[in-house]
Amino acid sequence: MVARKSTKKPNVSADDLKQYYRDMLLIRRFEEKAGQLYGMGLIGGFCHLYIGQEAVVVGLEAAAEDGDRRITTYRDHGHMLACGMDPKGVMAELTGREGGYSRGKGGSMHMFSTEKRFYGGHGIVGANVPLGAGLAFADKYLGNDRVTFTYFGDGAANQGQVYETFNMAALWSLPVIFVIENNQYAMGTSQQRSTSSPDIYHRGEAFGIPGEMVDGMDVLAVKEAGDKAVAHCRSGAGPYILEIKTYRYRGHSMSDPAKYRTREEVQKMRDEKDAIEHVRDLLISGGHATEEDLKAIDKDIKEVVNASAEFAKESPEPAIEELWTDIIADTAPQNA
Amino acid sequence: MATEILMPALSPTMEEGTLAKWLVKEGDTVKAGDIMAEIETDKATMEFEAVDEGTIGKILIAEGTEGVKVNTPIAVLLEEGESAEDAASAPAAKAPEEKPADKPKSTPAAAKAPEAPKPDTSPDWPDGTEMQTMTVREALNSAMAEEMRRDDTVFVMGEEVAEYQGAYKITQNLLEEFGAKRVIDTPITEHGFAGIGVGASWGGLRPIVEFMTWNFAMQAIDQIINSAAKTLYMSGGQMGSPIVFRGTNGAAARVGAQHSQDYAAWYAQVPGLRVVQPYSAADAKGLLKTAIRDPNPVVFLENEILYGRSFEVPKIDDFTIPFGKARIWREGTDVTIVSFGIGMTYALEAAEKLAGDGISAEVIDLRTLRPMDTDTVIASVMKTNRCVTVEEGWPVASIGNHISSVLMQKAFDYLDAPVISCTGKDVPMPYAANLEKLALTSTQEVIDAVRQVTYR
Repeated sequence: MVARKSTKKPNVSADDLKQYYRDMLLIRRFEEKAGQLYGMGLIGGFCHLYIGQEAVVVGLEAAAEDGDRRITTYRDHGHMLACGMDPKGVMAELTGREGGYSRGKGGSMHMFSTEKRFYGGHGIVGANVPLGAGLAFADKYLGNDRVTFTYFGDGAANQGQVYETFNMAALWSLPVIFVIENNQYAMGTSQQRSTSSPDIYHRGEAFGIPGEMVDGMDVLAVKEAGDKAVAHCRSGAGPYILEIKTYRYRGHSMSDPAKYRTREEVQKMRDEKDAIEHVRDLLISGGHATEEDLKAIDKDIKEVVNASAEFAKESPEPAIEELWTDIIADTAPQNA
Repeated sequence: MATEILMPALSPTMEEGTLAKWLVKEGDTVKAGDIMAEIETDKATMEFEAVDEGTIGKILIAEGTEGVKVNTPIAVLLEEGESAEDAASAPAAKAPEEKPADKPKSTPAAAKAPEAPKPDTSPDWPDGTEMQTMTVREALNSAMAEEMRRDDTVFVMGEEVAEYQGAYKITQNLLEEFGAKRVIDTPITEHGFAGIGVGASWGGLRPIVEFMTWNFAMQAIDQIINSAAKTLYMSGGQMGSPIVFRGTNGAAARVGAQHSQDYAAWYAQVPGLRVVQPYSAADAKGLLKTAIRDPNPVVFLENEILYGRSFEVPKIDDFTIPFGKARIWREGTDVTIVSFGIGMTYALEAAEKLAGDGISAEVIDLRTLRPMDTDTVIASVMKTNRCVTVEEGWPVASIGNHISSVLMQKAFDYLDAPVISCTGKDVPMPYAANLEKLALTSTQEVIDAVRQVTYR
């Protein structure tokens, strides 16, 4: 993995850079707050935090256009915030309240926004990969030039249906970008202990799908790779694989005993490769922002996150009638 | 303002824990993400991180303390510029308040006296409609062709549906009429193409996914249930899955255990699905057209032996049959025989033979298993006071078991005999011709069951 002190000049404007800082910070502070609410018993069940991986979704959302779609696994809070979903609606879903995106019926792992073209939030590892290819299939069938970002982890990359999907996506030239967020641990099993072929981006070669490895702690590298992948898919050339090397600072879920890696390993990543600190350095050293500017952003973000937490606490639990709604649709869906 | 740090819940089931070790001491500064303590939960020892920055003003619970309840204050965090004295003024911890449980609004339905249901008994087509003879195969084929002409977003995908013209010829000539864009041969990869189909249904299309047989759909059952059936609910009504999964189901003839399973009861259990198992050609056509138009995922269970059977089908331009409406094939007064799909063959044959012996059987075809028209069954049993169910699936947790249970709850006082379920035997399907015959239910078993419940 490349260190955070990359000497590469930013290929984006100062305003863009500031926006990335803001978007990444929002995810981190939101997730910290979610962890806190979990500790207070306000969030239940499973809760998978995205802390450490923020540059992946922020870099790729910067490469996306209106109308593009995205789908991911259960570690989904960052993806939702990055595509513009309301932090209040996300947090209220985490607390299982009426104001949540699924009105409290989905929870942390199952949230959707057809408005933002975010198609979940899926709890079955690997299952969202053919689903994402299916969304891309629909776009190709309908004759538009949209692309679908299909995110999954290094753990899901060992599921059989991923390769079934690679085969069909290549065969039918589907406009899908397979984004493998390689945080190096499938729950508690490190990559070395789970695969004989650790370079996942090579695994599309058998199907003729180009792939590349990307430094996921560098939002600019992610953006650049995203632009390339999007251009490839939008041109009709078929699928593309991005293996993005990243790192999750927190446990797999809130109830992770963290026995499978050392505290030093985690601390070293935080100290040396943190994606947010990287952009902070670029902003300050490039003279694009002062400490005061960044403090103001920090303050704004804190307010947004606190407001989302307040909303999530105040929003009522769903009405008991909700138990029996949304099982069967009466009218045609408005998915597309 | 000084804030209290509370004992966290670190797993979904944790109520209390041991504060194993403090990694900070009073006076230390912390920032978000710093590890402050190790806490033993019911599952493991976990690290507890700071969420805010500040100075540890006071440690309230000493390390090594066991049985610390979740949400108990364990330390006080001071913000910039505060002193240790401020620690004393920390606001009381705001543990989430327990809300009184909501009271159910109504009394259980079981407390009410059973009312005679009023099933929909309207005819499927008007009297005097011109009819034509058609096989089930032709009926399914014409239903798909008609819906594909009607709606450009309808397409068919599956193994051998295009150039081979369908492993069972159900998609015959569709490739010629609609082209390779809408009639798509897939590789042999059920899990993958079922998932692609569901994704396409979210993307604005109306896929018909053909499984060569439902046995192979076991590789895809996760996508059918976890992705297609549950998403409308999990998304709070935002996203439905308008998709039809169809193919041949149940035993054919001597294809052995892995190719002969009846999935009716499996899928009928799943909320969020529609489940259809037609017997006649008219129902195959009318229900498949309804399935393709329905905004929900539909499991459409066909039968290879029925594909070649001919029935009368009404000559109506746009003929559909609604879900959740059973059909009474034969009226009778002595016993109600309930079946669906190929089971109807045994039910109708048995009724004919029993009539010769003076026993009048009413025969009901459920047609759709979810939603299930139990009203028609209950109304019939209130008249006949006896019931026999017929299906080829296994006996444990069968459709027949469900109907028995419904009748016990809704028509207990009307039953003059226990309900008997004629089912496939509780064995994997054998290959040998004689054993296979024994493993399936039969007309004779239905006749015997009717004699038993009518005591004749």
